[in-house]
Amino acid sequence: MSGILLLEQSLNGLQFGLMLFLLAAGLTLVFGIMDMINLAHGSLYMIGAYFMASFVQATGSFWLALPLALAATALVGAALEITLLRKLYERDHLTQVLATFAIILIANELVRIIWGSQSLMLNAPAGLTGPVTLPGGVQYASYRLAIIGVGAAVAVALYLLVTRTKVGMLVRAGASNREMAIAMGVNIRRLFTIVFALGAALCALAGAMLGPILAVQVGMGENILILAFVVIVIGGIGSIRGAFVGALLVGLVDTMGRALLPIGFAQVFSPQAASNLGPSLSSILIYVLMAAVLFFRPQGLFPARG
Amino acid sequence: MRTMWAAVAFLFAFHAQAANELKIGFLSTLSGPAGSIGVEIRDGFNLAVKMAGGKLGGMPTEVIFADDTLNPETGKQLAERLLKRDRVNLMTGIVFSNVMLAVWPTIQQSKVFYIAPNATPTRISGEGCNPYFLSASWPNEGYHEAAGHYAKSKGYKNAYLIAPNYPAGKDATSGFKRGYGGAIAAEVYTKLNQLDYSAELAQIRAAKPAALYAFLPGGMGINFIKQFVAAGLSAEVPLVVPGFVSDQDIVRAVGEPMLGIFDTAHWAYDLDNDANRKFVAAFEKEFNRIPSVFAEQGYTTALVIDAAVRSVKGKIEDEKAFHKAVMASPARFKSPRGDWKFAHNGTPVQDYYLRVVAKDNKGRIVNKKIGTVMNAHVDFWAKECKMK
Repeated sequence: MSGILLLEQSLNGLQFGLMLFLLAAGLTLVFGIMDMINLAHGSLYMIGAYFMASFVQATGSFWLALPLALAATALVGAALEITLLRKLYERDHLTQVLATFAIILIANELVRIIWGSQSLMLNAPAGLTGPVTLPGGVQYASYRLAIIGVGAAVAVALYLLVTRTKVGMLVRAGASNREMAIAMGVNIRRLFTIVFALGAALCALAGAMLGPILAVQVGMGENILILAFVVIVIGGIGSIRGAFVGALLVGLVDTMGRALLPIGFAQVFSPQAASNLGPSLSSILIYVLMAAVLFFRPQGLFPARG
Repeated sequence: MRTMWAAVAFLFAFHAQAANELKIGFLSTLSGPAGSIGVEIRDGFNLAVKMAGGKLGGMPTEVIFADDTLNPETGKQLAERLLKRDRVNLMTGIVFSNVMLAVWPTIQQSKVFYIAPNATPTRISGEGCNPYFLSASWPNEGYHEAAGHYAKSKGYKNAYLIAPNYPAGKDATSGFKRGYGGAIAAEVYTKLNQLDYSAELAQIRAAKPAALYAFLPGGMGINFIKQFVAAGLSAEVPLVVPGFVSDQDIVRAVGEPMLGIFDTAHWAYDLDNDANRKFVAAFEKEFNRIPSVFAEQGYTTALVIDAAVRSVKGKIEDEKAFHKAVMASPARFKSPRGDWKFAHNGTPVQDYYLRVVAKDNKGRIVNKKIGTVMNAHVDFWAKECKMK
């Protein structure tokens, strides 16, 4: 494997990781602060992508549609929190899992009713459709570079938001000790709605940015939600920093596993065995990583609670 | 006592009535990333039932739908429910070969005929052939063998193969290799329903193959083709696909970037025959979209059932007669794909066409037929089937 290929695969891993981070950031905040397991997080990602596809068709502009999709999904998220999820905070996790699983099914059916069961078209904006040549002669999809840029910018913005602003302080307070935060007079209900809407907007950003390289279709959220949960378990529940490191780890391990394992096996085993083993093992690699992290650090890499 | 007899009489009456009704269990992948395929098959099937006035073979027809969500375990449970609780007379609908293979023992044991509108795995069409399994679609390797022939005719000096890691993925590469016969640069298997193909695309770019053959149906195809084009590989490596990876379900989601892709299929939207014009017009009117190969398969499956049930006058219980009737059915109706018949292993003997993704005279993106790759092709594995 040449250096150029290795560099390209690292970029791929980075890009995949940053997208996972957008999903995992919202999920970990909701899980960490509200102590709420929200399986419907993936549905917000799907709704974001569908809004994006519709707004692109309506406005004809990718960059105009993006803020619209984010705002619309944040509204849906806030509405969901106020009408439904608020009633679940006091319940146990099993009830939350059941209720939010129901939301997944309802969201899927609603999307099917509104947009139909066929995938929607959502293409990259003009100017980002082809590849660019990076220093060193690597040909790389310009759109994937844009994803890396957006993902990194959001990571920095979130970091500043959480560490430097008042809302961020309340978020950290809520994550590390909710009861104490309430006792200190934090308006926890409003904080929860804000956090949830923010999480929904991050989902929409992930859905909108991934739409041009992935299929926009019913059920697109479930597949990626599993990865987002793996990320927050690895990173430590409630921690943005943990979500960031976890997402990059999962993105890199998944991509590198798919790239390197088959090559590695081909050196050791017969081609037949290697072509069977490679894909099977690389697809479980991130779960092996998760198991290893849980074994050595059951609370995750960067736990929010001490 | 009297009420009891009345109840028994009622039950008999009910049962007698039920026997005059055709109950079809339609187990399919209707949701999730690959759900668009099941929906196409279902819509094609429903269209034929509707055009027959709700009566296949002259019998009031009830179709019971079940969604396996591409999970073999779920498929198996739903098949049990359809067969034991709903007591269906016929089964059809399965999209994916791994579900088909998981469900097959259940169907076979209950001695209910299964008419395949899609997956026809080599393991059931070859040595493991069985009178209860009949396919109105294609043997699994058919499209791929045709694509291999096409790649050979283009004189590509080697080919890079990519397919999902499941039974039909292995059938795909085996079929392609037989038709192609040339050097294989690499054979890559990916996870079923994989989202991101960047790692695979980087390796393809590094390998610089003369041609790329990709069998990634449903949402996988949408993801792959979008990313293939975004990586700029479409300008470097000629892409050859089976018709499943470039038909309407994927064209609708990807659009313009697909123009110029070559594929092989047993049917094309512009196939020149009356039955096809009727089918395409009715489908577009009913669903307001252009049909795909999958829709044609669902439609033809319903027509096979229609013709076979009609010729045994509804007596599906007479298994030998019904099997004969299904085998003889293609001669009794006109299919949009043109003339075809069953081989002795219950798979279609039919032509395979070369198509290209292009715009039609209304500016819509469609798959146009540009030639015939294989004439009256018989499943390669039929020779291993001992059934007469």
